[in-house]
Amino acid sequence: MTTTAEQQAIRSPGGRGVWAWITTVDHKRIGLLYAVTAATFFFIGGIEALLVRTQLFGPNLEVLSAEAYNQLFTMHGLTMVFLVVMPIAAAFTNYFLPILLGARDVAFPRLNAFSYWLFLFSGLLIYSSFVLGGAPDGAWVGYAPLSSQLTEVVRMDFWSIGLQMLGVASIASSANFIATAFTMRAPGMTMLRMPVFAWMSLVVAFLLIFSLPSVAIGLFQLFLDRNFGGLFYAAEAGGDPLLWQHLFWIFGHPEVYVLVLPAMGIVSEVLPTFARKPLFGYPFVVFAGAAIGFVGFGVWSHHMFTSGMGPIAEAGFGVATMIIAIPTGVKIFNWIGTIWGGKIKFNTPMLFSLAFVAMFVIGGLSGVTHAVVPSDTQQHDTYYVVAHFHYVLFGGAIFGYVSGVYYWFPKWTGRLLDERLGKIHFWLALIGFNLTFGPMHILGLNGMPRRTYRYPEGLGWANWNAVATIGAYTILAAFLIFAWNIIRTHFLAKGELVGNDPWDGRTLEWSISSPPPVHNFDEIPVVHALDDFWHQKYAEDEEGRAVRMPEVAGGALTVEKQTGGDDEGHGGEDMHMPSPSYYPALAALGIVIMGAGLIYLPWGFIAVGIGVAIMMWGLFGWSLEPVTKEH
Amino acid sequence: MPFAAILAACSGSGSQTALEPQGPIGRDIDGLWDLVLMLATGVFIFVMLLLVWAMWRYRERPGDLSEPKQIHGNPVIELGGVVFSVVLLTIITIPTVRSLLDIRSEPVGPDVLQIQVTGHQWWWEFEYINEIAPDGRTLITANELHIPAGVSVNLTMTSADVIHSFWVPALNGKRDVVPGRTSKLTLIADEPTPDGEPIPGQCAEFCGLAHADMRIKLHVHTAADYATWVQEQLAPSVQPAGGSALEGGWLTFSALCTTCHQVTLEDIEGELVTYGPERHIVANDITFRSSFGPNLTHLFSRGTFGSGTFTLDADHLSEWIDNPQKLKPMDPDRNDLAEGFVYGMPDLGLDPVEIAEVVALLETWR
Repeated sequence: MTTTAEQQAIRSPGGRGVWAWITTVDHKRIGLLYAVTAATFFFIGGIEALLVRTQLFGPNLEVLSAEAYNQLFTMHGLTMVFLVVMPIAAAFTNYFLPILLGARDVAFPRLNAFSYWLFLFSGLLIYSSFVLGGAPDGAWVGYAPLSSQLTEVVRMDFWSIGLQMLGVASIASSANFIATAFTMRAPGMTMLRMPVFAWMSLVVAFLLIFSLPSVAIGLFQLFLDRNFGGLFYAAEAGGDPLLWQHLFWIFGHPEVYVLVLPAMGIVSEVLPTFARKPLFGYPFVVFAGAAIGFVGFGVWSHHMFTSGMGPIAEAGFGVATMIIAIPTGVKIFNWIGTIWGGKIKFNTPMLFSLAFVAMFVIGGLSGVTHAVVPSDTQQHDTYYVVAHFHYVLFGGAIFGYVSGVYYWFPKWTGRLLDERLGKIHFWLALIGFNLTFGPMHILGLNGMPRRTYRYPEGLGWANWNAVATIGAYTILAAFLIFAWNIIRTHFLAKGELVGNDPWDGRTLEWSISSPPPVHNFDEIPVVHALDDFWHQKYAEDEEGRAVRMPEVAGGALTVEKQTGGDDEGHGGEDMHMPSPSYYPALAALGIVIMGAGLIYLPWGFIAVGIGVAIMMWGLFGWSLEPVTKEH
Repeated sequence: MPFAAILAACSGSGSQTALEPQGPIGRDIDGLWDLVLMLATGVFIFVMLLLVWAMWRYRERPGDLSEPKQIHGNPVIELGGVVFSVVLLTIITIPTVRSLLDIRSEPVGPDVLQIQVTGHQWWWEFEYINEIAPDGRTLITANELHIPAGVSVNLTMTSADVIHSFWVPALNGKRDVVPGRTSKLTLIADEPTPDGEPIPGQCAEFCGLAHADMRIKLHVHTAADYATWVQEQLAPSVQPAGGSALEGGWLTFSALCTTCHQVTLEDIEGELVTYGPERHIVANDITFRSSFGPNLTHLFSRGTFGSGTFTLDADHLSEWIDNPQKLKPMDPDRNDLAEGFVYGMPDLGLDPVEIAEVVALLETWR
């Protein structure tokens, strides 16, 4: 005999089997696909980092050749940025954006599936380079003309084509998220009632739409340089290598916020939940996020303070960079304001979110030191920078996403991740992280450049490098425990079944079952306030303290439903859920076959032809397939 | 392992840290760093105290059934946060801009030592355009830079292939060396460095296989010692006479090595002859040397080879000539001298006797 809750936890809603997952257009399933794929790439990228750290354990080690080292650090960066952090953010956005807004799916469900498959196939294409003569080895930033040198070696073609296609996937999903946030919100869900996570997803979608075209142009030019004598970046022919850096960083700097803003959104959901207080200064947090996004477009040249710009330009970009610290500081103070005066429960999601705040303060402050241009000319391209961006993207972004996994895991599976394992994971990760990246500040200030496969004795770098390597293995241990926790909780079904609302949550996802039904909401909710679900459970007394409302204290929640003639509001028969379709995956496959062909020109033109044919088949099938009704 | 032993051990030599500046520009930057570090540490401690205090004070206590006050925000605190940030950032910005304009100003005057730098995969070529021999040759050397103490040195730099970055942290920040462009960097050193203990630096922009092994050694001299060094470097070395013990080495050298390396020698008749290709590139209307390999006229006046990576002595050099790629990761199979592409020194296939002869010859070029 199984209870209803158990049945739900064992069986995800929707069809079963591989085919059901390939053809799914359900935003929740696509979100889970993103999550599993990103987690897999996270372990691959982590192994690459461990190999790099092992080589650097001591001076002049020979664990890796220079050739292997250059491939591994390039792939580590590429993987972590494009195949881990961006897709894990996409996983959360896919799964929760519609639910947080009170919608039944994203605006374009099949486009959503297309984005995922194109991302997956592009990632696989880039990784196939390892068995096809070597992976990209020109650093993830691919500075020309190093990246356009040696055109007979196709490694950097895998990089330029792979990134190009990942960009297409990102633009498609960004357009989708923007349309979702603008048109799919439940009645009463005004823009300033959207949860901060939804807001940050929206800002990120705009950042991607406006920044990706810049790097797309750069990548096309580089591809032409490499394959057809394009000469865009060939100095000897009047081309300009610095043009690449501008095009790359006009994308690359907003990209940093693409990676971290969704994590800030998650933290802004977790802190209020576990402090049992609303987010302090909600409109300020939202506008600060948007301001970071805007100003983020005006600071790209702080990645180029040693490249030879004039001092006035350098001063301008330095000051613009400092200005970013203001909205960032606002966020930090608001997060502290949120827990101030609260009643803090230190569950694992909360621990990771608090660690996010602390680590992000370090990463933010070291970022301000880069805005100090003369000082940056010493720190640029050293391990100090490596330390800085890992404090932002690991201690920051990754900790935020891990917090999100612990927070929302019960919503995905119905089961709570083990708290004891979670706390071991947390402390090992926090200690390992600081052991790894803390010493890199010192190494960089002591003159150790990044992207160097060996270093000599006698410069005082050996001890701190050894510490950093030990820290890296500590991080491995931490995340193996995390993996075991997930396997144990979900796949071995040993996790505690906790029902719909284990954290006494504030936002709409906690009002529906765990895992949610295919259609999310039996009836579309009507929203009256920010943190609407909390306000259905709690009122405030005259002192402003939360008071549990009697009618819901006992159990079943009665969420107010939309009434009236709109068929959106009715449950059951009338719900329009999109039909499964394999055409998005087919179109994505066609594009990637096309991309693979472009890597191996001129014979690859055959593959380009086949790829175009498959893509057209996918796109036409997609637009012509009939709408079938489910239910 | 025997391999590691040949890598130039830097023990006893200067450190590559930016935190112990050895010149006024380095000190200016370091002072700015100290200011920012102090402020950042203060902010960090303040924020962490707030955070940790809030976590401790407002933790959930067993048995406490009360609910917290639902505070939604406070515009005064928001404004305070903004003002606080703005004030701190202004304190940093003013000296930043002042120092920036300062360190980016190019030194002028007759006393300025002008050096042209060409970055190569994976070594540095230096041409002292004001140090000229009677026959019109400029002073040319590689990887080890010699400058007088207290003098402004104006580096004008370009690259022969990909982007590099010239960086000697004790004296100044790094400056990228970009193909097709020129960039400037000023070096001023306080004190002469002790013999055999140059200030280390290295390429700081990823430039391919041997990026880690593209190092710089900077020797600082008194004015007199510098003048002596200049005279020694401008003088030619000696070409061995036919029948001399070094003739075998010269036959091999002149047949193979001069394909890429230049040497200026005095032959038996006392004539100056320069062997090896003379190549230039032009960037920003300035002509730079762009050799295939370092000039070897005074090879053994240097303490290191392989771009400052290996200690120079007969044994190490023999090992290098036997198989350069064993010591330094390079890609000479792709060299195309006609097109001007060099990705490192090839294995010349010399037998041990030939190698010993070549090394014996090179040892005389000091």
